Amino acid sequence: MLNFLALYNYWVVIVLMMAGLYIMIARHNLVKKLIGLSIFQTSIFYLYISMGKVSGGTAPILIGKISHEKEKAGSATSAAAEQITTVVYSNPLPHVLILTAIVVGVATTAVGLALIVRINEEYGSIEEDDIRAMEQRDPV
Amino acid sequence: MNFFDQVPALQIAVPLIGAPVCVLLRNGRAAWAVTQFCSVICTLLSCMLVAATRDGTVIRYELGSWSAPSGIEYYVDIVNASVLLVVSFISAIVCLYAYRGAEKEIQQDKHYLFYTGWLLCITGLLGIVITGDAFNAFVFLEISSLATYLLISLGPDRNSLTAAFRYLIMGSIGASFILIGVGFLFAATGSLNMADISARIPIADSPRTVLVAFSFLTVGLMIKAAIFPLHAWLANAYHYAPVTVTALLSGTATKVSLYLLLRFFFNVFGIQFSFGQMLLNYVLLPAAIAGFVLMSVVALYQSDLRRMLAYSSVAQIGYIVAGICLVSPLGISAGIVHIINHALIKSALFMATGCIVYRLGHAHIQSLGGMAKQMPITTAAFIASGLSLIGVPLTAGFISKFNLIAAMLEQGWWIGAALILASSLMATLYIGRVVEIMIFRKPRTSTGTLEVNEAPMQMLIPLWLLIALSIVFGIFGNETLSIASAGAERLLTGPLAPALVPESAYLSTGAGQ
Repeated sequence: MLNFLALYNYWVVIVLMMAGLYIMIARHNLVKKLIGLSIFQTSIFYLYISMGKVSGGTAPILIGKISHEKEKAGSATSAAAEQITTVVYSNPLPHVLILTAIVVGVATTAVGLALIVRINEEYGSIEEDDIRAMEQRDPV
Repeated sequence: MNFFDQVPALQIAVPLIGAPVCVLLRNGRAAWAVTQFCSVICTLLSCMLVAATRDGTVIRYELGSWSAPSGIEYYVDIVNASVLLVVSFISAIVCLYAYRGAEKEIQQDKHYLFYTGWLLCITGLLGIVITGDAFNAFVFLEISSLATYLLISLGPDRNSLTAAFRYLIMGSIGASFILIGVGFLFAATGSLNMADISARIPIADSPRTVLVAFSFLTVGLMIKAAIFPLHAWLANAYHYAPVTVTALLSGTATKVSLYLLLRFFFNVFGIQFSFGQMLLNYVLLPAAIAGFVLMSVVALYQSDLRRMLAYSSVAQIGYIVAGICLVSPLGISAGIVHIINHALIKSALFMATGCIVYRLGHAHIQSLGGMAKQMPITTAAFIASGLSLIGVPLTAGFISKFNLIAAMLEQGWWIGAALILASSLMATLYIGRVVEIMIFRKPRTSTGTLEVNEAPMQMLIPLWLLIALSIVFGIFGNETLSIASAGAERLLTGPLAPALVPESAYLSTGAGQ
């Protein structure tokens, strides 16, 4: 049970992901399908962000001054020895990555909505069943 | 600073800069000229890269001079240099064709946007191929996908809109799966650089995370590459898109996803992991074989030429995947040769179809009677590229099929080889059916004659250029084969970077089987 709770962030991701996939499959309204896609993509954002969390770590913001302790173990003599900070912080890289993915997601949603507007202009409907019926009547 | 050092970056920068220039020009003809110019430049650049990597050299270009694991690097070896050449060459040829080909299908005032989308699509595709960074590959994948949705939706029929929307849903799911896969890879190895990941996977703490990453990447790439059970989006997209766009996509988009699949399976995860531990050949090979057999049958029953060719594309992708799944040097080089040859053949077939659509306004197979009299050059082009698709000797298709069957027999897969022959026979039937109608049937019009002229020269010249090239590749097949076997060798060497683990035990085992 504790193990289950400790991984709650992944359960949130899984629930959101499945909800998104289900909406995409089960709903016939094109806008709802797109909302499903957005939920699906959002779940991936959560996955990345929770992955970057280091337990006990703070936000990756420079606090105070950097301590100039040289790393004790290993090659302390090397000139490129890293300057380590005393502050434990979360990994910022997944956050940066996910900013890019959010932009991509927004662009996808925008293209999808633009297509829905055009579909509505041409077919007069955004219900997949109606559209399919009209497609079948169209001379191919 | 040497000019040649910057070639990998220019490959992406040229079309990427061309795209906004097209928007600024707001003129269809000028935008076409920009697109043509960028495609030709890209082709020349990728020729240089192929020439430089022929002998097994690897070019690692650090973008913005940020060194590899933290910065993005472009990684060019013979495998992706040849795919770069295919993509940019197909773009250059089809763009020449689009000058007349697109004018009827796409509204005049949207032409400059059409070419903007074209350049962005090419940027994305070239980017996926050239990048050595897993997350960067995802970003380029989305750039090309978004541009592709736009290009498909420009089709003359209103069905193109729904086809584009369905592809958007499927394509985004595929891309999201790839994103999840990259995320788990990052969680397992702490790196996004493909070479770095490949060195770290064997020493990763949790094999289960790697396994999850592998599964998500495989499914995502299978959707993008339209490998058999996940090909549903392709038929509608290829059918309703402007034929020019279909000619471009059939030669580039799925091939690029297949390349990425190759890269991940062989170089990032390693052969031992993908094909030994994961038994991928027992999952993908049946899918590939079912794909080329079933889709050839489905292609037989199509009433529209474009749809028939679309299903035939899924079948041909099955051949490529089957070759890859053999994990032998001969099988992989057959797969790579077929990536190159099928790009040429299928683009030529769609361009010939485009000539027919240009004059007739549709491509119903049953009403193509009398074509041979009215449009002899187009009909001849269709027959020539059709023969190449079937795999008649002296055409490019023969080289790839011959090698594929040889690779199957080398492994003792008699049934697989027999099924390839059976599906070639079906290809003969579905191409033959169309040719029979074109040559021998009477036109189905009320007057009994078909009043159309030959397609314009600007469309026929690029079409015949492609066909000539596919015949050249058929007669002098050794040239493409040597590139492909160099590529296969490269893929079979395993990880991109020297492994951090001291013993090379896991490297050497897969190559010989």
